[in-house]
Amino acid sequence: MIEVNHLTKRYRGGTAVDDLTFTVEPGRVTGFLGPNGAGKSTTIRMVLGLDRPTAGSALIGGRQYAEFKRPLTAVGALLEASDLHPGRSARDHLLWLAASNGLGRKRVQEVLEETGLSEAAGKRVRAFSLGMRQRLGIAAALLGDPGVLILDEPVNGLDPEGVIWVRNLAKRLAGEGRTVLVSSHLMAEMALTASHLVVIGRGRLLADLPTEEFVSAHSGANLEEAFMRLTSESVQYRAGGAR
Amino acid sequence: MSALGAAAAAEWVKVRSVRSTPIMLAAFAVVGVGLGWVVAGSFADAAREQDSLAAGFFSLLLGQLVLITFAVQFAGAEFSTGTVRVSLAAVPSRGRFFAAKMLVTGLVVAGAAVVVEVATFFTAQSRLGERAAPFMEWETVEALLGGWIHLTLLSLFAAGVAVMVRSTVVALSVLLPILFLSSQGLGNVDAIRPVAQYLPDQVGMVVMHLTVPGDPQFGRDYGPWEGIGILVLWTAAALVGGWIAMRRRDA
Repeated sequence: MIEVNHLTKRYRGGTAVDDLTFTVEPGRVTGFLGPNGAGKSTTIRMVLGLDRPTAGSALIGGRQYAEFKRPLTAVGALLEASDLHPGRSARDHLLWLAASNGLGRKRVQEVLEETGLSEAAGKRVRAFSLGMRQRLGIAAALLGDPGVLILDEPVNGLDPEGVIWVRNLAKRLAGEGRTVLVSSHLMAEMALTASHLVVIGRGRLLADLPTEEFVSAHSGANLEEAFMRLTSESVQYRAGGAR
Repeated sequence: MSALGAAAAAEWVKVRSVRSTPIMLAAFAVVGVGLGWVVAGSFADAAREQDSLAAGFFSLLLGQLVLITFAVQFAGAEFSTGTVRVSLAAVPSRGRFFAAKMLVTGLVVAGAAVVVEVATFFTAQSRLGERAAPFMEWETVEALLGGWIHLTLLSLFAAGVAVMVRSTVVALSVLLPILFLSSQGLGNVDAIRPVAQYLPDQVGMVVMHLTVPGDPQFGRDYGPWEGIGILVLWTAAALVGGWIAMRRRDA
């Protein structure tokens, strides 16, 4: 379980996350939705102890991330898919991660197979497409067989087959009783993947409800349009002329 | 395995798994040994009597630029590639991550430095014939030991700076002009010497016999091990600075 309590992050230029409170329950996929710049990634970085909150707290299973001795066995996270050294092979990337948490080489082979990267494992990441980098990031998240998974925009750059693969993977992991948080800016995708939605805009909580409720409230309407109406007040970056 | 041990094991996998490591360490060896051979040749030809120990160290002043670049780039790559976020998700203790990074950087640099320094020494001395410095004397051992510590600490100093500024490029553009002073002998220019002689790359030169004791231009106001002591302070300052930056900043 992930508990976000009055989490706030202010920068000199403004507020990225504003008094955000929500809970991510185990056993279901929770969609973390918001337009670009809504504060999703900043929230996730604070949950992982990468950014320091200005106020509030984020707990995973009742503990702060920094308290985990071998965090990869508790929490698996996919952050920016580009956070990789381009000169290192996929296998070596997973091997150093495994070493950092005392995990064996066998586990590296397993996640490479699970994510369909076995054949490309020896290639340097430089040669990887965005989709392959996403798969490597997911492999890294799965490495420690964690009970909590946090995937930031996992379907970015994936082909349709990859999108379905991520969707099924997230559902399967939640079905095994794990806590799964998947962020996205695509409502239609989340409607298919998540059974619960946490929607934010400009760092504030806009909605926290079962996906079904959102869908039935907007039955007949285009989901993407309904999502845009919900977040319309809080969109920071809009193309000229778009409403 | 201890927590620090696991973090260090991860850094060890990192340093082994990029091509730049063997390339840069090989370049360090080529510059050190190759240029050492050339320099010693000019020593052998020179009519004037010179400190034959120095022949084995001149080329290391240029070679150290490569070694320092390696150390800066290994630490700085975390930030330039964004890997640092993945690293800190795996090792949430900032202090432990930083310690592991510096430990592995130090071990690799120390290993490369001892090999290249000794190889450079023997290459250089082999050209000096009768004037070669005797290997088994304390003066020689002292110079080699001091040079080894100099190369290792100077690289750690640079790695600490790289973490402080969180960038390979910024760190190198600050460090290389300063460090270039010594390889070009500019540290001896009168106008800047009173200050320049205390810069981190200068303080190891006494122990390596690269200064002329007592000389108003090429001398130093400190002894060989005092110089190394000053370098220890520089290194400690850079490591503390890197550690503070690591703890304070958002990843």
